[in-house]
Amino acid sequence: MNNRNTFKSFIKGILYILPALVILGVFRIYPILKSLDMSFYTKYNYFKDVVYERGFDNFIYIFNDEEFIVAIKNTFTFVLGVVPLSISISLFIAIILNSQIKFQSFFRGIYFIPFVTSIVAISAVWRWIYNSEFGILNYFLGLFGIDPIKWLLDPNWAMISLIILSIWKGLGYNIVILLAGLQNIDKQYYLAAKVDGASKAQIFFYITLPLLSPTIFFVSIMSMINSFKVFDEVYVLFDKIPGPMGRCLTMVYYIYDKFANEYVYGIASAAVYILFMIVLFFTIIQLYIGNKKVYYN
Amino acid sequence: MKINYLKAIAYVILIIGGIITILPFLWMLSTSFKTAEQVYVMPPKLIPSNIMFKNYIEVLERIPFTIYFLNSIFVSITLTILTLITSIFSAFAFSKLRFWGRDTIFSIFLATMMVPGEVLIIPNYVTLSHLGWINTHLALIVPWIVSVFAIFLLRQFFLGIPDELYYAAKVDGCSDFMYIWSIMVPLAKPALITIAMLKMIYSWNEFLWPLIVTNTPKMRTLPVGLAVFTTEAGSHYHLLMAAATMIILPMIILYIILQKYIIEGVSRSGLKG
Repeated sequence: MNNRNTFKSFIKGILYILPALVILGVFRIYPILKSLDMSFYTKYNYFKDVVYERGFDNFIYIFNDEEFIVAIKNTFTFVLGVVPLSISISLFIAIILNSQIKFQSFFRGIYFIPFVTSIVAISAVWRWIYNSEFGILNYFLGLFGIDPIKWLLDPNWAMISLIILSIWKGLGYNIVILLAGLQNIDKQYYLAAKVDGASKAQIFFYITLPLLSPTIFFVSIMSMINSFKVFDEVYVLFDKIPGPMGRCLTMVYYIYDKFANEYVYGIASAAVYILFMIVLFFTIIQLYIGNKKVYYN
Repeated sequence: MKINYLKAIAYVILIIGGIITILPFLWMLSTSFKTAEQVYVMPPKLIPSNIMFKNYIEVLERIPFTIYFLNSIFVSITLTILTLITSIFSAFAFSKLRFWGRDTIFSIFLATMMVPGEVLIIPNYVTLSHLGWINTHLALIVPWIVSVFAIFLLRQFFLGIPDELYYAAKVDGCSDFMYIWSIMVPLAKPALITIAMLKMIYSWNEFLWPLIVTNTPKMRTLPVGLAVFTTEAGSHYHLLMAAATMIILPMIILYIILQKYIIEGVSRSGLKG
């Protein structure tokens, strides 16, 4: 009787989650394994789905491929260019917004707009802003006596252009999360500090910063993970080339190129797995330290 | 006195930041109203001398933007509705039903969130090409009708609804479906709107996947259409900006109307449950 009930409730539960289970199984879980398997395909007929040979050739290939090494370097440069600046600026703005400012939600609402807009469309807009002859950015710089910069054409400026666009695009998301973190800090700590006669600087360094650190940590990791996957911006900003002289060739761009233009699925899969391992590394750090912080509280 | 001084600086910083945030959008809008000649006038004029919609009409005629638009609307609305349905049923099972393996399955669901979408693209492409789905709406929709984040968010919400309500409804002869539809769904309306909005925005803006699985204009969504158009438009920035406005504006309008729910959802993702 009891067994039959367990079985019945099991069937019922499974039926409710069946759509999700099937879709996740086929399009989320199976591909993780399939992708790993594909990264070892060395002789493969894609049309017939027959694998003749497996081996480490793809990994050997990518690590000897100058382009892939450049892609890794560029991606790390991009991440290091975006994350620290983006987090500092958004933290600064979130703190200002949290300090009894009128129109707080109005400002927050404005800063968040880029988040809801298409990266592709926005990159097309920035392509026009960065235009070296008629772009609005060079015009503004010209008002301060700065000579026109070839933002998208000069190999030395291309990565900087990409970084500026990404910081601009990501600020709103970080601000919203940091502000939520700030508002989540118990007001009693501030009251207690005030009673004890703590200065503003002391309050910031001894109360706000430590209590906000899990949130800062969270947005930093999220922003790193997202930055490692940069692609759409590059594709549109430089109109289907990875920047002048390949200066903005990122890992996902490399993967896309190998997959969609050269049809070498095995090599693309090997590169995907390298990216996956990097992202997973940071995800696990986030989970590990994030959980520790909860206990600490 | 000193406090007021600091306050003033704070407002100035916030206003400058706000201007930097919206200026690109204004610049886009302004260019989209200009003629080809006005675009290259120096110094640039932010407010165009006359508002005209000629560029928009030209874009709609020159490239099959109408088709892209309809595709984008169809794909994002279908994805949103199907995501809501799969999330409601899964969240109900994970929060109110007791069955063997429930928590293990839920943990596996959560673990899939750690996998970047890029890992899925190549094998999913292969799967879909074996199904013969490449360049169909099915390819754009089916793989993405489940959102683990949505299930997670909704489950949290459902857990907050007391079980007594469920048992009382059962005693009154209410079926599970009826209970979900007439009690859980109305109560969870804010969470459902949040999920719908985030999914809608995400699907509308999604680029890499539709770029890979579509290969004819009649299947393209707006972002893919725009990326193709960027090359065709070349230096016709007035047309390119009109096209970009058509992609960006619908989401900004949606955002202005339902801002509360969107910001709520994003804030929660940072505060962990």
